[in-house]
Amino acid sequence: MAGSTAAPETGDIDIVGSLKHAVVTALIAFGLFLPLIGFKTTQDIHNELVLETRFPLLLIFVALAVAGSLVMSLIIAPWRARRLRRRPATSEESRISPAIARWFAPFALGFVIVYPVLVLVIGGFQGAVKWIDNFGIQILIYVMLGFGLNIVVGLAGLLDLGYVAFYAVGSYSYALLAKTFGLSFYMLLPLAGILSAFWGILLGFPVLRLRGDYLAIVTLAFGEIIRLVLINWVPVTNGYAGISGIPRPSFFGIPFNTDDNGFAAVFHLEFSPIYRTIYLYYLILALVLLTAFVTTRLRRLPIGRAWEALREDEIACRSLGINTTHTKLTAFALGAMFAGFAGSFFAARQGFISPESFTFLESATILSIVVLGGMGSQIGVAIAAIAMIGGTEILRELDVLKTWFGNDFDPTQYRMLVFGLAMVLIMIVRPRGLIATRAPSLFLTARKPVSAALVKEGQ
Amino acid sequence: MTGDPLLRVDHLSMRFGGLVAVNDLSFVAERGEITALIGPNGAGKTTVFNCVTGFYKPTEGRIALAHGGARVWENLTAITLRGARYHRRADGALFLLERMPDYLVTQKAKVARTFQNIRLFAGMTLLENLLVAQHNPLMIASGFTLFGVLGAKSYARAEAAAVEKARHWLDLIGLIDRADDPAGALPYGAQRRLEIARAMCTDPVLLCLDEPAAGLNPRESAELNQLIRAIRTDHATSVLLIEHDMSVVMEISDRVVVLDYGSKIADGTPDAIRNDPKVIAAYLGVADADEVEKIKAEVGL
Repeated sequence: MAGSTAAPETGDIDIVGSLKHAVVTALIAFGLFLPLIGFKTTQDIHNELVLETRFPLLLIFVALAVAGSLVMSLIIAPWRARRLRRRPATSEESRISPAIARWFAPFALGFVIVYPVLVLVIGGFQGAVKWIDNFGIQILIYVMLGFGLNIVVGLAGLLDLGYVAFYAVGSYSYALLAKTFGLSFYMLLPLAGILSAFWGILLGFPVLRLRGDYLAIVTLAFGEIIRLVLINWVPVTNGYAGISGIPRPSFFGIPFNTDDNGFAAVFHLEFSPIYRTIYLYYLILALVLLTAFVTTRLRRLPIGRAWEALREDEIACRSLGINTTHTKLTAFALGAMFAGFAGSFFAARQGFISPESFTFLESATILSIVVLGGMGSQIGVAIAAIAMIGGTEILRELDVLKTWFGNDFDPTQYRMLVFGLAMVLIMIVRPRGLIATRAPSLFLTARKPVSAALVKEGQ
Repeated sequence: MTGDPLLRVDHLSMRFGGLVAVNDLSFVAERGEITALIGPNGAGKTTVFNCVTGFYKPTEGRIALAHGGARVWENLTAITLRGARYHRRADGALFLLERMPDYLVTQKAKVARTFQNIRLFAGMTLLENLLVAQHNPLMIASGFTLFGVLGAKSYARAEAAAVEKARHWLDLIGLIDRADDPAGALPYGAQRRLEIARAMCTDPVLLCLDEPAAGLNPRESAELNQLIRAIRTDHATSVLLIEHDMSVVMEISDRVVVLDYGSKIADGTPDAIRNDPKVIAAYLGVADADEVEKIKAEVGL
């Protein structure tokens, strides 16, 4: 950042400026890392605290900071300035994107449909379960949650920090109703959605007058209330212990078990848990596609345009005769409904749920997916979900790193660190998310993407 | 009362705590006319607008609007006493705007407004801006979203008609070539015209324009005059106008109401207002007409 002050317009290298900046960086790094890294306290055998110094390590950190500063101001900043000069008016993005946009969606759709087969062929029956379950299903659940939250945050511009509450309502609705009344998954799926939507409206009413930070705090509190109710209402929810033995969805009435009327026996296959996993994969894929389809349709309907108009300017909306109360409530209700669908699927897939799964961290993850994806963009949200959920999962698999850092290195311990770094980097490079343009809902002559600079983020 | 009144404001007062923004204001806007509301800064003009359009609830007073013929006014006292918001009958309807929330004032009573500081949906295209304005009829056509999601033909037809209407207005304000550009990318004068077109897409009987000529150059100002006149004659919409630019006010208004410190000080034709000593005194910031003469002498008029 500071490097860009060294030579922003010309692209010439300003060595004195860079050195000055490097010295400042070194001083800041030294001041910051001296107490953090330079000193360390350990307990000796007498149980006394001893101060140790780690000056060589401190030196390495400061040197790294200086090197980073120099690379930024001497190499990256001039390179960026040169590139900026080369293409002043038409950005590269707008030239590439039509071609990508045309082929990306069908290709991605084809890929997710053949994905289980692909994994099965490569990994065999044993290896495939992990890839379909941990990666496929897990990611798709978050894609669905991202799509749902996108309605509330991305389109209507209402910052909701308690979205996981509706996910929890959906999960517990399915779990309790299925266990108590023995109703089937397909009957309870819409019911869980309706119940979640109902809670969405209940939350919506008191927060209608709130905006921005205040809205965020109230929704955050709402998420916590739901979680605390789940913990403390032991007779119904079984508290921390959670609900286990939740009925699994069947294949049109045929259960996935070892019985004579089980899926494997009916289709004359050898029993394997993978059939259920594959079935669940296609189930959540269908739900995701339904959500995507409905959301895309809604964006082109008056209600979708009213949501976006609400995000842009609420007072102008009212001056045009739009009932902003109803418009906000529908956004809350529909967003909550999709979370309810995802929640009931989650409960059916796990077979066990507890309040542990519905913490604030989940809300934060879903919100980061929406923000990272670019608010309002479906493809962006899908890519962000793959990057965030798939990325943290894949860091578990990176045994390669052991060959670089030695056998003591455990990559799983660093996955959140790497993940955080990646988030910071992406937010620096693309502050408005991966897909930073807004596609108009309809057009007269040509569909031109709207630059994010003009689109408001809601308040 | 003469003529065919569209809007009747009676004894309107608006107080914010101890501040009296509008004090016992009564005036009438006739159907098919352009009524201008003028006055020095802080006279309470925008407050009157906000009361008429439902954004403020007035502390006291009645704001009544009639659809249809002049005979609907017969019901005024009856519905005021009954506590009703509006009364519909075969030949029209009567609305009490001070009892209605802002969005219903536009939706039911058909009063549209623009804002002093332009409020467009900057990140949406011009076409989208004009379609948002047709939200209510489109919402009904889409079966409150239900048929729309299922892809009903009737909605597609309604949307095509809405786009056609938007195209008509874009043509009229000369922005048809920029229909697919974001509204925020338009130059200032074009944004003002678009905001007027957007308000007109709600099919209003009364259009309230809050300083439409502010920040426009003389040519744009002249174009605006033409547009406002066209709205009155071709679209059967009456206009209520707040304006500081006297060339606009004097040229297009049929009637001028002058406010100062929240009270009405004059009401009449532009010519009568132009020569009203009280109005001149208010604009010069002096107490009465005698002082006006003194100041005129001082500056050598």
